[in-house]
Amino acid sequence: MNAPTLSRRSLLLQGGALVVGFSLTGRDALAQPVFAPVATNGFSKPVAPDQVDSFLALGADGRATIFSGKVDLGTGIKTALAQMAAEELDLPLERVTVVQGDTALTPDQGPTYGSLSIQKGGVEIRQAAATARTRLVRLAAERLGLPAEALVSENGTVRPKAGGTGITYAELIKDGRLDLKIDPAVTTKDPATFALVGKSVARIDIPEKITGRFTYMQDYRVPGMVHARVVRPPTIGAELQSVDETSVAGIPGVIRVVRQGNFLAVVAEKEWAAVKAAGQLKATWSRWEGLPEQDKLWQHVRATRVTKDDVTSSTGDAESALGQAARVLEASYDFAIHTHGSIGPSCAIAEFKDGLLTCWTASQMTHALRKQLAAMTGLAPEAVRCIYVEGSGCYGRNGHEDAAGDAALLARAVGRPVRVQWSRADEHGWDPKGPPTLIDLKAGLDGQGNVAAWSSQFHVPEGAAGNVPLVAADLAGLPHETTMSPGNIIQNSALPYAFPNVRTICHRLATTPFRPSWIRTPGRMQNTYANEAFLDECAAAAGTDPLDYRLRALKDPRGIEVLKRAAEIAGWQSRPSPAKEASGDVLRGRGLSYVKYELNRTYVAGVAEVEVDRRTGRVRVPRFFVAQDCGQIINPDGVRNQVDGNVIQTVSRVLMEEVTFDRGAVTSLDWTSYPILTFPDVPEVVIDLIDRPTEKPWGAGEPSAAIVPAAISNAIFDATGVRLRSVPFTPAKVKAALQAT
Amino acid sequence: MAQQMSLDVNGHAARVTVDDPETPLLYVLRDDLGLHGPRFGCGLGQCGSCTVHIDGQAVRSCITPVSGLKPGAKIVTLEGLGGPDKLHPVQAAFIEEQAAQCGYCINGMIMQSAALLNQTPKPDEAAIRQALAQNLCRCGTHLRIVRAVQRAAGTL
Repeated sequence: MNAPTLSRRSLLLQGGALVVGFSLTGRDALAQPVFAPVATNGFSKPVAPDQVDSFLALGADGRATIFSGKVDLGTGIKTALAQMAAEELDLPLERVTVVQGDTALTPDQGPTYGSLSIQKGGVEIRQAAATARTRLVRLAAERLGLPAEALVSENGTVRPKAGGTGITYAELIKDGRLDLKIDPAVTTKDPATFALVGKSVARIDIPEKITGRFTYMQDYRVPGMVHARVVRPPTIGAELQSVDETSVAGIPGVIRVVRQGNFLAVVAEKEWAAVKAAGQLKATWSRWEGLPEQDKLWQHVRATRVTKDDVTSSTGDAESALGQAARVLEASYDFAIHTHGSIGPSCAIAEFKDGLLTCWTASQMTHALRKQLAAMTGLAPEAVRCIYVEGSGCYGRNGHEDAAGDAALLARAVGRPVRVQWSRADEHGWDPKGPPTLIDLKAGLDGQGNVAAWSSQFHVPEGAAGNVPLVAADLAGLPHETTMSPGNIIQNSALPYAFPNVRTICHRLATTPFRPSWIRTPGRMQNTYANEAFLDECAAAAGTDPLDYRLRALKDPRGIEVLKRAAEIAGWQSRPSPAKEASGDVLRGRGLSYVKYELNRTYVAGVAEVEVDRRTGRVRVPRFFVAQDCGQIINPDGVRNQVDGNVIQTVSRVLMEEVTFDRGAVTSLDWTSYPILTFPDVPEVVIDLIDRPTEKPWGAGEPSAAIVPAAISNAIFDATGVRLRSVPFTPAKVKAALQAT
Repeated sequence: MAQQMSLDVNGHAARVTVDDPETPLLYVLRDDLGLHGPRFGCGLGQCGSCTVHIDGQAVRSCITPVSGLKPGAKIVTLEGLGGPDKLHPVQAAFIEEQAAQCGYCINGMIMQSAALLNQTPKPDEAAIRQALAQNLCRCGTHLRIVRAVQRAAGTL
């Protein structure tokens, strides 16, 4: 087999023997080679999600290896999952190694998205570890002739509570195999006894990242490997008519120009030769102008065919209550198309050998990618192995999977392992995009100004969180998905408030201009933005303080608590918006926003402070306050890091970001045409975390992003009396809105 | 035309063969010398993730043709700045502050900050933010990065 990954290497250094092999004889019926199961400690390692041995292996050296289907995308979950496992196994953290996202080794715990790594992935590992510990204690009880209740596990041993010598885990299970089903009802540790969970343990990956010793996907190398760059069509739908291979003939080290349908790439011995050849290759493409005009994007969205309506909430009779309301408000909000903007463009390596495909990838969903690569190449899924190697942060489904598709196609074409490194323009131009979102809202207020009726319509692409089709498969005419997968973007279209008459509808659109996918907090961000900004419009119309207005309509005590605590850390003064202190050139305001994520988990409330320069229309966010309750916190410092990231990244998205395009392709292909927030404009982030150790752990990677857009819109209104309803809130839009009043 | 070159990288003489004199230094460091510190981010000098020190100055290696280097230029990468056994004060401060998420940009943040502190040992927060204004981070780790530089400067 090929060079082991870092995690594999550390695994090999452990006591337990690990043998990786493949078989040319498996699946006789198909007469097709498949990977044989990986052997650990002399037996085939299972990956079935109901087996303890799928999730963990106890080595003869006293170490534990955790096999996680969820992967660390730079969020720190490798450390947090190690904490959860070590806690439940009663092992020191240093004796736990985490292997992530290797389809031959790790169970399929679903893609790493949706703020589920701890909530789902971690909880499954916790159950596996608790089941293992329970079994270890029972084995020790049999050996010692004592009742299990008389024993305690600690530091990798089980010993009598009364004192005396313990037995190590390695001695209790000599071959490392537990051969045990996970007990979903297993008793996990009492949070009162937690030694590691709830502590700000330092991240295990940071020292290597700080000293240049870490191996990212972009650093990974395989013996015999060659380098490729893709040459994408100049417009999304262009057909490749001809290629002049002589145009790159003079570049030393060019191995091959690979063309399959509209897929085009150059492969070279050295990376720079591939870069140069990709830039120099002459090809003729057909014209294509299938994109809408950018300045008519919202008319285009409104005119797109609706394939179905999802009614996401319906209470009372919103239509007739609107008819009887003392006052009716109406507004439309829109949210631009965004790109993921990973700092490192996507990269992958693929190798075909003996009919088997191995792919090293930074994919957030290696198990799903394996199926996509199998479909694309015609191999059985068992003949494909995807191995996760951490890449640049992706914040959703960026280009990592597409680079893997490119590498697989090219590795087969040239018969050598191929590394594909996307350029900056490939990433900005061809990663799937966060789709444009348009939302129409109506509210009816009663005589006291309370919301008596609420009706909203969300215009969003159809589809859910499936597999996003691979660019290479599409361009080369190979099998691929034909449905859209924008993520679960209808979440949080319904409200967390107890209004008497509510109807929220998502019109699912047949098409959207660009191949859609999820970007951090997909749908929940756009929907919460419209809901929380429009609710602020209602509060202003009622002449009521925005905090009081929300508290009046909220019955959930945990929601009430985050709102009150956010207001407290922000020094919230009770008064209606706008502030009415509009003197000077720079106007200051504050805005509040709240979310109960997907209406069933993490609670976040936040306050934005803004400064609006009315001469230029420029908005700054000097400070942002967040109160968050994500239940049981595994690593408080890790959660704070995520909240910082959510706020800063979303301030950037809301103030600055918008994919630009002409009739054929994306035109924002670098950091000048798609600028993001930089150091001088990054807000201070003040965080109040509410830890509830006895509650379930919920996600923290996304929810706090959801509140940012509305908090800023509300703060701009507070400062200026002008309502911004179109993200991004660029100086031009702000200036135009100010001049219109 | 293949060309033999000798480079001074992290205090060691390195001999490399370059096919094209326009090859950016980044590719030589990563592909020929196997270094992981300098990173490919944009190839346009816009993001800073490829930053190295050349004679003590922070330089974007993705737009620095290897043929343009002065003879004897001293190149230092993140690996050469300090290692696990002897961390540079900026590296130690980044670990102390847990100043990374995905960490892809962190090479540039550390190299740019170390160059700043060489010239301005006690920068205030605004000066640090200004010095890093051309270094992009997408994860939103900026506040920890600024605190880490302040810590390294002894001004936290």
